[in-house]
Amino acid sequence: MIPELGHFALIVALLLAITQAVLPLIGAQRGNLTLMSVARPAAQGQFVFTVIAFICLAYSFLVNDFTVENVASNSFSQLPELYRFTATWGSHEGSLLLWVVILAFWTTAVSVFSRHLPDDMVARVLGVMGLISIGFLVFLLTTSNPFDRLLPAPMDGRDMNPLLQDWGMIIHPPMLYMGYVGFAVAFAFAIAALLSGRLDAAWARWSRPWTTVAWAFLTLGIALGSWWAYRELGWGGWWFWDPTENASFMPWIAGTALIHSLAVTEKRGAFKAWTVLLALTAFSLSLLGTFLVRSGVLSSVHAFATDPARGAFILAFLVLVIGGSLVLYAWRAPKMLSGGGFTWFSREALLLGNNVVLLAALGAVLLGTLYPLLIDALGMGKISVGPPYFNAVFVPLMAPALFLMGIGPLARWKEASLPDMVSRLKWALAISVATGLLLPLTLDGFKPWAVFGFAMSMWIFLTVLVGFRERLKNGARLSTLTRSFWGMQLAHLGMAVGVAGITVVANYEVERDVRMDIGDHTELAGYTFTFRGTTEHVGPNYRAARGTVEVSKNGKKLYVLHPEKRIYNASGMPMTEASVRPVLFDDIYVALGEPLDEEAKTWAVRVFHKPFINWLWIGSLLMVVGGFLAASDRRYRIAVKAAAPTAAAAQGA
Amino acid sequence: MKSRHKKLLVILLGLSGLGIATALILNAFQSNLVFFYSPTEVHEGKAPLDRAFRIGGLVEDGSVQRDPDGLTVRFVVTDTAKSTPVIYKGILPDLFKEGKGVVAEGKMGADGLFNSSQVLAKHDENYMPPEAAHALEQAAKAQKTLSQ
Repeated sequence: MIPELGHFALIVALLLAITQAVLPLIGAQRGNLTLMSVARPAAQGQFVFTVIAFICLAYSFLVNDFTVENVASNSFSQLPELYRFTATWGSHEGSLLLWVVILAFWTTAVSVFSRHLPDDMVARVLGVMGLISIGFLVFLLTTSNPFDRLLPAPMDGRDMNPLLQDWGMIIHPPMLYMGYVGFAVAFAFAIAALLSGRLDAAWARWSRPWTTVAWAFLTLGIALGSWWAYRELGWGGWWFWDPTENASFMPWIAGTALIHSLAVTEKRGAFKAWTVLLALTAFSLSLLGTFLVRSGVLSSVHAFATDPARGAFILAFLVLVIGGSLVLYAWRAPKMLSGGGFTWFSREALLLGNNVVLLAALGAVLLGTLYPLLIDALGMGKISVGPPYFNAVFVPLMAPALFLMGIGPLARWKEASLPDMVSRLKWALAISVATGLLLPLTLDGFKPWAVFGFAMSMWIFLTVLVGFRERLKNGARLSTLTRSFWGMQLAHLGMAVGVAGITVVANYEVERDVRMDIGDHTELAGYTFTFRGTTEHVGPNYRAARGTVEVSKNGKKLYVLHPEKRIYNASGMPMTEASVRPVLFDDIYVALGEPLDEEAKTWAVRVFHKPFINWLWIGSLLMVVGGFLAASDRRYRIAVKAAAPTAAAAQGA
Repeated sequence: MKSRHKKLLVILLGLSGLGIATALILNAFQSNLVFFYSPTEVHEGKAPLDRAFRIGGLVEDGSVQRDPDGLTVRFVVTDTAKSTPVIYKGILPDLFKEGKGVVAEGKMGADGLFNSSQVLAKHDENYMPPEAAHALEQAAKAQKTLSQ
């Protein structure tokens, strides 16, 4: 009964989405207030019903209802309760349902926090989001129904992929989707601006906090994915330039360019058409990512099992959305008058530089991700583009971006003075260069990229400090500085920390595969690893060989690690559970390879020393916090009431 | 006039920057493309000898052998028509098994032994990397046309 209820709820949600999309958009076009006011209740109703559907699916998982196909394919009776719940979004159908719920959530949030926006704008924004909801709900109901029954029901399920049975996988998809889907809000605002022909500073001020929050969630989602991969895959890697990773990274790059471009549009009224185009691009990339992951065209650890019909649907949807929005853009954008001019050395110019570099990086990643697909589609063979390409283009492109990150926040709007900037920053520059050149010598050797990485992260760190110092000297106090300023500094600082972490880990990490007998030891980076054999261990839904590895330094025993090799009962699938010992400056990482003899006394063991890797995630968290902080700035909440009449006046401009 | 010159200068700088970036990207691209070949194609001599490429298919039953040092493993990749021996030093991915799909990346040695630097895992029991599936399909097709 419950699954049918869920199915029915989805159908009702679809009907509400259609109402939410069609009536308000017509209403906005005709100035009909009654039709426009349908938007809010329809959106909120849609949210209620999608949540009902989600609860029905989650319930089916929790009670082990194996008559539901989705539950039978992705769950198992011995699966711990927590993972039975998260299995709700562990499959293609379930994660799509999550997509739809989160889209409805964002739509409801917009409907609640938009009292101060003009009615036609609200109607258009909610209407566009309704159109997107329609697309996904139709997709869900026609090709990917999570409530399909499987009769006769199997005795037990086929179990959840062991790789998903981990903390990281619990929060990573929801956070990622909050980000991905959140860009739909920016997209909707952009389309609304194009449809109404009105694009002023007020528009930028309204869309900015939504975009920043979505960006912060996406940053968190990507960081969690990377952290999960590091701990769960047992290979010690944290970024593989895998097509699905790129699928989430590309919207992130576009989103970063967007939040910086919005700053200019809000403050100076410039870059209007460009900002709108970026908003369209960011969400289009989110949709593209969805297509890539679910269509089966990719060979990747991440790719969902697939069905060509689904791929065709998403592709059609993608073409419709991207094509439609670009056509609208081409038609309406020329009508937007742009704001103030600026000189070649000013904050606007530097932010333009930021956008250019980010977009070049985006282009490079997009090329590397799509080229294999293109070649395959043309029947010209099967190729792959691996990490060497991405690293070779992405890292050098980041150089100017990181450098500009130091100067941008310190430059004045409209016209800044280069000699003045040089004198303010000469010490920062000198110290950064010195750090870059000298620090590698204290670590394991001189490496050119390490020089660059250290110099850049010190540069950003110092310029952040200069920013604080200058403001404080001009009379402000730490408590009076705006949240927007704090958010920016924190996010940039997070970038510095992240870059420092990546630099150290990428250049100075060490790994070794060794064959170890009981009592054998190996040395790595000053630590001694002694293998003490394995014991049998039984978990809730797996059996494991649990290894014991003692780690000591200079003869002093530091700690004991327990890497495991698990075999999951339902699927018979083996999985490596690495043991990671995190410390602020170091990670010691041990993973069991495979047993090399019959009695499993000798094992292939992989040991890693990963210095500073946690800085990577700490840096990401700082960026996330910075983003949320900036979005909560008072001016987005207060100026609001005054904005309505000002906006009306500005429309004449 | 001066401001016009400035604008022109900016545009020229921008275009040349773009040009340089494009050239660098395409160059990096060319040198890092990794092509995929099936064992049949390797036998036909289509695979390059001087650069890395990928080979895929099934792990031939009974072909997995470990060297005494414990970490070097030899196995044979087959697409049911032709096979290629592979040598790899390191820990194999969890789902590597005889009779299952595999993709290996590396260079072909002069002795016909494929020296693999990376062995790719599939990630669940039912998933076969598309390239490996493709190779098997091609071989099956070839068998059919040959036997007609």
